[in-house]
Amino acid sequence: MSATPVTSPVNSPVDPEQQLRQMTRRSFAAGGIAALVGATGLWWLKSAQLDDGISWPLRKVLQFNERVSQAYFGPDRLAPTFDVSRAREPRVNGQLGLKKSVDAARWRIDVLSPGEKPVVERSLPIGAIHDLPRFEMVTEFKCVEGWSQVVQWAGARLSDFIEKYGHETPFVGLTTPDRKYYVGLDRASAMHSQSLLAYEMNGEPLTPGHGAPLRLVCPLKYGVKSIKQIGAIQFANNRPADYWAERGYDWYLGH
Amino acid sequence: MRPLEHKHPRPIRWMHWLNVVLLSGMIWSGLLIYWANDVYNVRLGRRVLFHFFPDWFYNALGLNARLAQGMAWHLFFMWGFALNGLAYVGYTLISGEWRHLVPTRKSFREAWVVVLHDLHLSNVEPPKRKFNAAQQFAYTGVILMGGGSLLTGLAIYKPVQFGWLTNALGGYEWARFEHFALTVGYVLFFLMHITQVIRSGWGNFAAMVCGYELTCSVTQPLTVVTSPVVSLEPHLEQKVAEGAKTREKAELTRAT
Repeated sequence: MSATPVTSPVNSPVDPEQQLRQMTRRSFAAGGIAALVGATGLWWLKSAQLDDGISWPLRKVLQFNERVSQAYFGPDRLAPTFDVSRAREPRVNGQLGLKKSVDAARWRIDVLSPGEKPVVERSLPIGAIHDLPRFEMVTEFKCVEGWSQVVQWAGARLSDFIEKYGHETPFVGLTTPDRKYYVGLDRASAMHSQSLLAYEMNGEPLTPGHGAPLRLVCPLKYGVKSIKQIGAIQFANNRPADYWAERGYDWYLGH
Repeated sequence: MRPLEHKHPRPIRWMHWLNVVLLSGMIWSGLLIYWANDVYNVRLGRRVLFHFFPDWFYNALGLNARLAQGMAWHLFFMWGFALNGLAYVGYTLISGEWRHLVPTRKSFREAWVVVLHDLHLSNVEPPKRKFNAAQQFAYTGVILMGGGSLLTGLAIYKPVQFGWLTNALGGYEWARFEHFALTVGYVLFFLMHITQVIRSGWGNFAAMVCGYELTCSVTQPLTVVTSPVVSLEPHLEQKVAEGAKTREKAELTRAT
């Protein structure tokens, strides 16, 4: 490809330098306007009304990303598993809703019905979870902050629990007994074979700081969804409240 | 009178400047995310030479405790960054512009000539054409880095659904490190790019905005050649006055 001169080098009535100056002026003006439009757009994005801690257009983008993710989601795709020798204790990163000590013998997990006014359908002792088939896995616990840790878990599948005690609702919500921490899960993630109601970590019963007597471990999500000290499980037709999603984070947080 | 040369097609100019905004947005929101787990250092043995990043850096740019915002912006800008990048690659392929941008086997030697010349270690002038070999390496390299950012980004964004990719990149933690390292690469590219743009002067810069530049040859319009290391003639004619020595050297470079 050879360059095409705008004006012929000879016999040109126009001075190319002058012509270039004019074109440059016009282009800079157009570029300036485009930059102004762009800056206005970004400013609007930044300062639009908040929807759960983040400007509503950005919230819409997170929801769009969620739909794309769900369209691609494969229930058979598994989080990678590791050799148990790599397992270590993850850091205790949050104490929200956690009691310092718990009495496992008196612990109950409430199962709440779907609907506008959920009622407690069952109040199960920890033994009901121990009676479900036991599964072990060594997976990577990935924190939304960016760190990760390989951990060994043992517990019952959430899907087994749901099939035995729950409902076929599009969402599942889990809360601590005091309702101070709460997470929501889509059904596909809740029913995934690696979503565990865990009672053991690295071969030992859970400590209170890690969620004794029962916590969720969902390697398909960031760690914030793996709620500790589960006090209640609610089956819901609408998206359940989620502590961090109310504070600007994505509700779905799916891997 | 010097004729005007059409240097950069309009789509490339728009995509270039759009990318300035998008990549800045990606790096800024990426820093908001990185702040939450800022574990990377430059180390010599056990001694930390530089920590990414010192407190004054976060404070000066107001990057503290904005992880949620950072994620939302990052996962918004990513669409623009990816689509703009794909459009750019698509356009260069279809329009044939890639011929100016992609280095060939002969480019290694020429790039070396450019480096020596720009560091004032040699008076052998690199050939004057649209992009010299060093530019070709830089501009093609940075596009490959963009592809790398998309892949490493996807690997840490969806490490289960794209587990094969995360695995191929060495696992979740490695993918995060690679994603970060590429960003450091953009910053280094940017510093070099800005230095060279300043060195090249106003006309070269303005051509990225308006598309046109005065040709550097007085006697004839510059011929942009498709195959590199041909036709040094217009340039040589210009340099005749500077003596036969330079010419011989240039000829020699060309011949070897």
